[in-house]
This record gives sequence, structure tokens and C-alpha cells, in this order.
Amino acid sequence: MVRGDRIAAGSAFLAAAVAGFMLPDWIISLATIAFANGLVVLGLIVMWRAGLVSFGQALYYCMGGYAVALIGRWGGVTDAFLLVLVGGLSAAGISFVIGFLLARYREIFFAMLSLALSMILYGLLVKTESLGSTDGLNVIVPTFLGYAPHQEKLIVALYFLVLVVCATAALLVGAYFRSLAGALAIPVRDNELRVEFLGMSVSRLIHTKLVISALLAGTGGALAALAVGHVDPNMSYWTTSGEFVFITILAGAGSVGAAFVGSLAFESVRSFAFAMLPQLWEILLGSVLLLTILFLPQGLGSLIERLHWGREAKAP
Amino acid sequence: MLNAFAVLIDGLVYAAYLFIVAIGLTLIFGVMKILNVAHGSFFTFGAYGAASAVGIYFNRGLPEAGGYLLMVVLAMALGLVLGLILERGIMRWVYGRDEVVMALVTYAAFLILEDVVILIWGPGSYAAYQPLLSAGNIEIGELILSNYDLGLIAVAAMLAAACYWGLKFTRYGRLLTAVIFDRETAAAFGINVRVVYTVTFVIGAMLGALGGAIMAPKIAVTLGIGVEVIVLAFAVVAIGGMGSIEGAFAGALIVGICRAATVHLFPQVELFVIYAVMALVLMIRPYGLFVRAQPRKI
Amino acid sequence: MSSPILSVQDLGKRFGSLFAARDITVSIPAQQTVGVIGANGAGKTTFINMITGHLRPTKGTIHFEGRDITALPSRQIKAMGISRSFQVAQIFPSLTVFENMCAAAAIGRAPKTLIGHVRTPLRSQESVAEAKTLLELFQIAPYRDSLAATLPQGIRKLLDIGMALAGAPRLLLLDEPTSGISIEEKFDLMQIVMSALLSRKITVLFVEHDMDIIEGFAERVLAFYDGTVIADGMPAATLADPRVQTLISGPKLRSAVGTGAHV
Ligand SMILES: Nc1ncnc2c1ncn2[C@@H]1O[C@H](COP(=O)(O)OP(=O)(O)OP(=O)(O)O)[C@@H](O)[C@H]1O
Ligand SMILES: [Mg+2]
Repeated sequence: MVRGDRIAAGSAFLAAAVAGFMLPDWIISLATIAFANGLVVLGLIVMWRAGLVSFGQALYYCMGGYAVALIGRWGGVTDAFLLVLVGGLSAAGISFVIGFLLARYREIFFAMLSLALSMILYGLLVKTESLGSTDGLNVIVPTFLGYAPHQEKLIVALYFLVLVVCATAALLVGAYFRSLAGALAIPVRDNELRVEFLGMSVSRLIHTKLVISALLAGTGGALAALAVGHVDPNMSYWTTSGEFVFITILAGAGSVGAAFVGSLAFESVRSFAFAMLPQLWEILLGSVLLLTILFLPQGLGSLIERLHWGREAKAP
Repeated sequence: MLNAFAVLIDGLVYAAYLFIVAIGLTLIFGVMKILNVAHGSFFTFGAYGAASAVGIYFNRGLPEAGGYLLMVVLAMALGLVLGLILERGIMRWVYGRDEVVMALVTYAAFLILEDVVILIWGPGSYAAYQPLLSAGNIEIGELILSNYDLGLIAVAAMLAAACYWGLKFTRYGRLLTAVIFDRETAAAFGINVRVVYTVTFVIGAMLGALGGAIMAPKIAVTLGIGVEVIVLAFAVVAIGGMGSIEGAFAGALIVGICRAATVHLFPQVELFVIYAVMALVLMIRPYGLFVRAQPRKI
Repeated sequence: MSSPILSVQDLGKRFGSLFAARDITVSIPAQQTVGVIGANGAGKTTFINMITGHLRPTKGTIHFEGRDITALPSRQIKAMGISRSFQVAQIFPSLTVFENMCAAAAIGRAPKTLIGHVRTPLRSQESVAEAKTLLELFQIAPYRDSLAATLPQGIRKLLDIGMALAGAPRLLLLDEPTSGISIEEKFDLMQIVMSALLSRKITVLFVEHDMDIIEGFAERVLAFYDGTVIADGMPAATLADPRVQTLISGPKLRSAVGTGAHV
């Protein structure tokens, strides 16, 4: 990381942490959900850099959420860290298996197949009484390494949990982007054939990206489930995936931080629009998406900096 | 025996419905390589338009046959207007960009149109049951079938025949085939690809709206119908092979029969059987039943 | 001469009813420079595609340095020491020339495990150094920071070949290195490529339509016709072969005029 970036990231994190003590609960709750969803967006960015757009990322989001609800309920686990870990890993595990199929697809076919897979989960959940059917399930109140806060304290504790997880994820994904496997995303998007003939397995590179992004989405879903206290099949519906894609396009693939900023902006505008002009929410959403695609093809992040490949490591 | 017959009839009715909504989608993809999410909006507009108009019409006590005509004509008109607005106003600016980007643009249009529906028709739901009632029922053995359902099968069959004939034997159809086969060469031979695009998009939109209008009497016309239809139509088209008319036909039949069978035999899995079939087909034939992958020559 | 670096036995490839390659038996000693000629559709690219694992032969075997490499995936074949360039340059258009070369160098020296890929930095000192050397070697250093998408045709081809040379292959297959290049520039480009390759003592097989270039650079010529090798030998002898003249090159006069139409 370039020094300037490091300072910016550090101060953003500090500001977010300080905000946790100062801002009213409703803003903290909103930010908690936004950052949890930001993890999903970060996962979509991982794929998007390689040219893949998934319309079914809600599959992993939902998996993460339901995993938390189920092991909390039946496994008696209450520790938030453990719950989130299991949520993320179960999504990653599923994606590892599905990945053998999915990694063969590109472009619109990739988008559609991932959509179909998420709709399978949706269909299953809706029809399964023991998983709460359309009503979904409630999620237990978590503890934090033995600490068991309630009400406002719980809200703040969850916020910090999300903050820590997001910061860790951001650091790791940032490191991944700078590694060979991460940086090859652009060559893969540009010309798979060449990558293959240079000696690297494209399907393995892509499979890795799928698992990483599912891990992130599952973690995000787990955190969102804890924050909301409830999961339902709509977490897996295609419109949920659509919203994540929307934020991703808005944020652009340029930087890791864009995922969280984009998600925060999205949640804020949504809660504002829901309160003020509920009938125009989707018009607003659609127009912004349209304008972004037409005029800022690299996402809003591109206003700040354009995507450069390994820019920071510019050779002497 | 009765069961098998019921499954068959139910399956055919459902397949007819799926084919009608899928054909516009596959046409647009085949010619323009656009996965048109706004197809769900065309469907919604057709359904709302037909439902509200039919309600008014039948309440006046006008002749019943005219009601059917009204539904169809109104839907086509709505499709025409919407299709033109979208194609001329938005789509043409993104031709040539990534297929995924074009799909996202139609997604944006879809989001906008969802709210436009509320602005025009309000948040309440509409029931256009009159055409269904006035069509009446028919008894075959112990089964009671709705004439409207049987009519649906006939309409789908006619559409399929018309598409087949249109593509094979009309001038425009041959132009389309040429563009589908090879866009650059078609353009080089003096085919005006722009016009072909506009016409195709509008026809696709009209078919989508028509699907909505025809389905309106059978469903509660309410918010969110477009959302469901669009993923169903995607599944059908993906099974058959995107852009293939025969594919849409086969996909609709497969999905229709599979769904009818599960509804009768294992109602619990009804919703996801469609997507499971789709995932299964794609595993074996990645580009659908009627489309072959083109190996890349180097 | 020692044992051949590449030996191909009875190789065949069918596409439906079309035989794109049949009965090809060839062996190439190390450090030879072999030219391949043949009309459009004669099967030259198919031959290279089979050696590099892009196409699976329907018949026959391919040995490289004594090891059977028939139908291995292309990335494994590359790792064993066979590299190739393409008839249409295959580069990464949204990266700069230097970044293209870095990617090639980094992949060439990457460890084979997944963890290895994640732990390898994109620009290790070694890969940056190799990338720079290759840019110099192919005389494209002045374009170092241009986006590959904006390059003129000749530079594209040089970059494509340069990328193929990353990771020190021992056998390099060049599919029409001068295609898409004007006649005046062809010879210079070939000069750059060949001197670069000779300095590395690499075995080279290159496909070429221009008989002057074949005569100028090849030590041996394989003439392809209808999927099979109809002549194989020293350039002068092969080009003088009456079958080659009627089926491929035409009388000397024509090839001197131009190379556009070898149908
Ligand atoms: N993947 C493929 N599928 C079907 N046919 C193919 C395929 N690749 C090549 N062919 C056919 O095999 C034959 C040989 O093609 P090839 O590309 O090897 O010719 P070539 O000698 O390289 O010609 P050129 O000088 O035009 O490059 C041609 O008839 C071609 O159409
Ligand atoms: Mg060739």
C-alpha cells in the first residue's frame, strides 16, 4: 500500500470507531448493516476485477445468515465471533463445491447461473417449514467472548464487531489484490487464452475468486443476521443480489474502501428515500444506476482515482 | 391415469404461459445480445393495462368478444410505446458495450418502471377475472378444464408457428436470421442493423406486454409480478439456449411439465424445481439445449 | 546431432469430416530454426495448437525432450519449456507494455501451488528484471508505458513474442510472426525476433507465408498441404520442389511480387 492510502484507511477506521461512541443508535444500526453489506460488495469487486458479475451473490449472503440462525438455535453457540466465522465458512464451503461448475462460465451465463442457484435456495427455504418458511427465523442475541450486552450496548458492540471484521477483510483483500493471484484478475478479464498459455490455470484463479467472494458474502450475511436479529428467504431473492450488484457498480472496482463507502451511501439514501418519498425509491435507484453506467463506467470511485494495475508498485 | 393426464394438461398450460413470456426475451437476446431484465416491466405493463381496461369494459356490459380484443390491442400498444422509449431513449447509447453492462442498463430501466407502474395504477391490485368467467369450462372425463387455459395453449402454439413462419419466410425474418448469424457481414451487405435492432426490441416488448395481458385474468395483478416473471423467463430461455426460438419452446415445455409433475407429486419442491432443472441442463450443456459453444480459433 | 528436442509421430486431427492434420511425422533437433509454409487452411496453426496442448490430437503422439506431452493442458506444456506466439497477437489490452511483460515474467516464475500464487508478489525483483531485459531485447522499451490496446501492429507482434519468451522456454513456436505487417517492415521485424532468439539458443519453429523470409531465416522448411507435410528439407531444396511450387509458393516470380494471395 502506498503511504497516503495507508494513512487514509487508518483515519477512516479511527473516525468510524470514534463515531461508534458519539452517534445516535439509529445511525449506528444503519452503519452496522451497511458495513456488513459492504463485505458482500467487496466480494463482488473481487470477481468484477476479473470481469465476472454475479446476479446470485445473495445465495452466500443468505447461507451465512441462516447458518448463524441455525447454529445459534440448535447448536447453542452464542459467541458472535464463532457464529460469524461459521457463517462465512459455510458459504465458502458451498461455493467451493459449486465453483467446479460455476468457474466454467463467463459473462451473462455466469450471471444467470449464479442467479438460478440463489433462486434454488430461495425456493427451498420458502417451502421448508422447519426453517421457518417465508417467515424465516429469529437469531439469538450474541455474546462477545463472554461479554453479554443488551439494548444500546448490544448495538454498539455489534457495530464494533462489524468494524473489526470489515477492517480485517479490507486488509486481507488488499493484500490479495497485490499478490500475483489477485493482480492477474485484469489479465484474466483481458485475455484468458494468453494467461493459460503463459502457464497459469485460469479456472483455478477464478475458482479462488469465487470462494473468496462467497466467504465475504457469507460473513456479511452472518453479521447482518446478528444485527437484524432475524433471517428470511428474501435474503436469497434475486432482487437482493441486484442491490449488491448495484452498489458494486456505483462503488467501482478501483479500491477496497469503495465497497464500504458505497454501501454506506446506499443505505443512507435508502432510509432517507423510504422516509421521504417511498414511491420514488426505485426510480431514484434506477436513474442513479443508469447515469453511473452511462457517464462513469468505472464507478463513483473513479471520480477519485482511476483503476490502475499495481500502480503503487511502479518499478523504479 | 387421470393424474398423468392432469399433469400433462397443467404442464401444457403452464408451458404455454412460459413460452409466451419467454419468446420476447429470447428474440431480443438472439438478435441484440441483450439480456433484457426490463422484459418483466413489459409484462407488468401489459397485465396492468389489460386488467384495468377489462374491468372498465366489462362493467359497461359491452359485448364479451370485444373484451378479448381490447386486452390484446391495448397490450400491443403499450409494448410498442414502452419498447420505442427504451430502445431509442436508453438502449442505443450502450450498444457495443459488455453484455453484462447492457443487462444492468435494462435492470435500471426495470427498477424505474416498477415505480412508474405504481404512479400510474396505484399500489392496489387488480383482478381481471371476467374473461376467464365468460370463457367458461369444459369437462373431459372427470377433469374440468377452463376454456381460457385451452385457449392459452392455442395462442402459444400460434405464436410459435408465427415466429417460425416469420423467421423462415418473411423478408424481415430473413434479415433477422442474417443479423443473428453474423452481425458484421449483415451490415456489410447493406442491412440496416440499427433499424433491425429497433424493430426487434419493439417486437420483443410487444410480446412481453402481450404475455402480461393474456395472463392478467389468471393471476392477481399486483406489485411484484414482473419480478417473478423475469426470473422464470430467464430460466426457460437458459434451458433452451439463449436466443433460440426452438429453445424457448423446448424450455417452456420441459419446465411446464416438470413443474406440473412436482405440483401433483411433491408440492413441497414446486418453486425450486424450475431452477434445479435449469442448473442440471446447464451442467450438461453449458449454453442450453439448442446453442452450441463456438470454440475459439487462434 | 543429439536426440531431437521435439518429435511428432503420426499426428492427426479431425474436425468432423475434415482432416486438419494427418500422418505428420517430424522430429526437430535442438537449436534448429524451422520454417513452416503452406497455403491458408493447410493445417499449420492446427499443428502448433496440438503441440501446445490447445487442441487434443485425434491420433498420434508428441514427445518433448523425450517426454510424452500428448494432450497435456497448455499450461503444463508451457511449464515444461514450450512456448508460443499467435497469428493474431494475444496481449492484455488494458495493461501497459511493461505490465504485460511483467505479467508474463511473473507467471513464468510463479510457484505451482495456490498458496504460492497468493503469496507471490506481482512484481518481484526477478520478474521486473526479466521484463525489462525482454523489452530491450525486442526493442520495444520506448513503448514501455503505452497501453497495449493502442500499440501499432508491429509492436503488438513483438510484445506477443516477447511474452512468449518469458520464463526461458527451450522451444518456441511462432505462428505467423509477420502477419498483418507491411512488406517493407516484415524483414526488420523478423531480424529483431531472430537475433533475440538466437542469442538465447532456442529451438524455433515459425510459420511464414513470405518465401523470402523463409529463405532468409530458416535452416529447414516444412511444407504443409491439406493437413500433411509434403516436403521437408533445406530451404533451397524444399522451395525448389515442384510440388511445393505448384501447391504452395508458386514460381519464384510471384513470391517476389507479394504474399497477399496464397490460396
Ligand atoms: N477449432 C476448429 N474447428 C473446426 N475446424 C477447424 C478448427 N481449427 C481449424 N479448423 C480447420 O482446419 C483447417 C486447418 O486450419 P489451420 O488454422 O490449421 O490452417 P492454417 O494453415 O493455419 O491456415 P492460415 O494460413 O489461414 O492460418 C482449416 O480448414 C480450418 O477451417
Ligand atoms: Mg494459421
